[in-house]
Amino acid sequence: MVKLTINGSERELEVPENMPLLWALRDVVGFTGTKFGCGKGLCGACTVHLDGQPTRSCITPVSAAKGRPITTIEAIAEDEVGQAVQTAWRELDVVQCGYCQSGQIMSATALLSNNANPSDADVDSAMQGNICRCATYVRIRAAIHNAAGRLAKEVS
Amino acid sequence: MGIEKGIDKWLARRGETSAAPERAVVVNVSRRQFLAGSAGLALGLYLAPLASSAGRLAAEERAEQDDIFAPNAFVRVASDGSVVVVAKHLEMGQGTYTGLATLVADEMDADWRRVSVEGAPADTERYKNLAFGLQGTGGSTAMANSWEQMRQAGATARAMLVAAAAERWGVAADTLSVSEGVVSHAQSGREAGFGELAKAAGERPVPETVSLKAPEDFTLIGKQALPRQDSPAKTDGSAVFTQDMTLPGMLMAVPAHPHRFGATLSSVDDSQALEVPGVVGVVRFAGGNRRFEGVAVLAENTWAASQGRDALKLEWDESKAFDLGSDEIMARYRKLAEQSGTIATQRGDTEAALKESATLIEADYEFPYLAHAAMEPLNCLVKLGEKRCDIWNGEQWQTMDQQAVAELLGIEPQQVSLTQLYAGGSFGRRANPHSDYVLEAVAIAMAAREQGIQAPIKMVWMREDDTQGGHYRPMNFHRGRLALDKEGRLVAWHQRLVGQSIMTGTPMESFMVEDGIDPTSVEGAANLPYDVANLQVELHIPEDIAVPVQWWRSVGHSHTAFSTESLVDEAAAAAGKDPVAFRRALLAEHPRHRGVLELAAEKAGWNKPLAEGGEGERRGRGVAVHESFSSYVAQVAEVTVKGDGSYRVDRVVCAVDCGVAVNPDVIRAQMEGGIGFGLSAAMRGEITLKQGEVQQGNFDDYKVLRIHEMPTIEVHIVPSSKPPTGVGEPGVPPIAPAVANALFSATGQRIRRLPIGKQLES
Repeated sequence: MVKLTINGSERELEVPENMPLLWALRDVVGFTGTKFGCGKGLCGACTVHLDGQPTRSCITPVSAAKGRPITTIEAIAEDEVGQAVQTAWRELDVVQCGYCQSGQIMSATALLSNNANPSDADVDSAMQGNICRCATYVRIRAAIHNAAGRLAKEVS
Repeated sequence: MGIEKGIDKWLARRGETSAAPERAVVVNVSRRQFLAGSAGLALGLYLAPLASSAGRLAAEERAEQDDIFAPNAFVRVASDGSVVVVAKHLEMGQGTYTGLATLVADEMDADWRRVSVEGAPADTERYKNLAFGLQGTGGSTAMANSWEQMRQAGATARAMLVAAAAERWGVAADTLSVSEGVVSHAQSGREAGFGELAKAAGERPVPETVSLKAPEDFTLIGKQALPRQDSPAKTDGSAVFTQDMTLPGMLMAVPAHPHRFGATLSSVDDSQALEVPGVVGVVRFAGGNRRFEGVAVLAENTWAASQGRDALKLEWDESKAFDLGSDEIMARYRKLAEQSGTIATQRGDTEAALKESATLIEADYEFPYLAHAAMEPLNCLVKLGEKRCDIWNGEQWQTMDQQAVAELLGIEPQQVSLTQLYAGGSFGRRANPHSDYVLEAVAIAMAAREQGIQAPIKMVWMREDDTQGGHYRPMNFHRGRLALDKEGRLVAWHQRLVGQSIMTGTPMESFMVEDGIDPTSVEGAANLPYDVANLQVELHIPEDIAVPVQWWRSVGHSHTAFSTESLVDEAAAAAGKDPVAFRRALLAEHPRHRGVLELAAEKAGWNKPLAEGGEGERRGRGVAVHESFSSYVAQVAEVTVKGDGSYRVDRVVCAVDCGVAVNPDVIRAQMEGGIGFGLSAAMRGEITLKQGEVQQGNFDDYKVLRIHEMPTIEVHIVPSSKPPTGVGEPGVPPIAPAVANALFSATGQRIRRLPIGKQLES
């Protein structure tokens, strides 16, 4: 039995301790917004927040997530930054196939939470771990800047 | 709980039951009549709203509604006025759900905010691609083949809604106007929404003919920022891909494949696999034509299945397996290119012209195998029943998959339902001409059933299985010989292409391959647009290479554009002419090629000097223009090469002529994405074999483009009133030659082998 705090709710899962968080979220809890892409932490499709930090859930065993808040794409709209990122993603129609976009949005939200006004170089560095085979990168960059502007306006 | 109960429960929640009574007189193609007449397909159709989360909010709002007006197979209107467009094409990122809905909604004058999209079930008769005569998505045909059909579907719905209003108000139909889902009579100020009129509209006869809008009356077609249908669901995690689809009692299956194509299984030790917690069973499944045989581990979750798979101890008989390496294959191709091939196109006397030439250009080009590597690894959900098979899949190839599955199971095609879910990319892979992964999923489910496991089975390939699964863009070798006369005019063009045929050995061979020419091997070369009096293109199809090959985004153009646009660039350089001016002069008969070439050059500032790089950096600019799938694209690439030979692509200016720009923003997105996809392959995309074994597995060794390598991109669309053509593929072919030509301009070194890799590094 593993106790996890997912999107603010405590859950007890009967899964082996070494099961990657990705599969616990997807196959056991049913949060399928977090995606399987590579299984080796190479593509970023499985990105969630663990203690607010972007984390590759496909290589994070559930044992390492015990007692630490986990946020997935399903709850990112409750976060002010997450919501701004999603709004920017929609305004710019970033998505194509959409499969990697949960992970992109989680990484972008983490970036903007730590850096309110990232440069292109900051974006490139923070988003390098997230592959998009549709190559929506031009719009990902633009949407991150759009979300940063949106958040700055809200503050002022 | 059985699947039927699960579905009944779900339908009940939606306020529907699987035995819904007729509630309205529905004319033309009735959804309910259709259901009554083809029980085997009912499931697929009813599940479509669940599966397709596009316009999810709109769909939820209308959950309690009945679609009381369905004038044809593509449009339904509910009593709340919401509109469903049934998409016959797979949404795999290319924006087709948005495009198809735009066509319908514009002619219908529907309110875009109330339009949602569902994937169509497998039903060739109703949902065939008019370009193929089969149901399927590919060849960048969605907009082209749907342009009239979808507009007619919308216009028919509109005419019937207007007729209903005219009858209700006792006025002439031509005194009514429609805007954003509301029919109005200006004179009396009366108004009625689609929802209010839907029931009465459903009782009207379907008009035999309808007139379509004049382009100046379009309200949605050509509109700059029409939001994508699938954006909301794809930004909040709710979009349902095959990977996300679940059925009650479903088991996950992860297969083990041989390491070499053509190997067969000799022994299985599954004792350790069966000890993995969550593993339910291990089954051996049969292979087939260009399809692996293997062993699948069935488990309650994907992790257990993959752990179980990795714990299998398998022995393979590789005595008949393919055992050549990439270098050996290329050496064979090079040798083949010494001999004349089958002639794909011929005019003038190329050999004589080459002999008399003042300047001869000779160049060989090499292209690797390429994996599609979509973000969603291949997968497929199968539920076998009594004389029935239900499949949920990012389904791209309905007619042939349905046929192939029926054949394997010994049932009728109509007994196979295919529910089209979103695909997490495809780039061609999910439309497999041998139905390889779909049949594998069915074969696993059959093997499980034989062992008494009746559960629905979702087969999931791990990333390595996807990369090593074959069905690649074929390796190619192209030999080019060009002749210039004393004045530097291009007088002869000879190309010999060597590469496996995609169509040979598929159900399409009989109508695609003619006189030894697979048109998908020579497209883009055999129809060279440049004005040259002597042209000859030949093809060799090696038949002893057992690596399965398949179309890969832009198919033959993915290699022919590179060799043709590199060769013409070499000719320009040899003639001492500007690359744009040289091409333009040879395109007098091809105004659409010329149009995009001129637009891209102008927007890129081709005639102005390129800004200089930093210390030790060399900069260059290159161009390429190519038509594929009847769309015309030119790209100008700007590169910076550092002192050590490493390089980056800084900027790409792209011009596209795809006829009427239905969704300009989707077109821009497809050009951006096509450039990124093509650049990924050009820079380092390469599947290599060593003694028949694929050397790459995951994104650490099959490296793909990441955000820091993405150039800035500008897309310019040529205004056009010609019928629309596709944009999913045509953005891909020009980028590799544009970049290679830019690298030449920066360094003086020609790139003749893809990927570019580290060829410029010392």
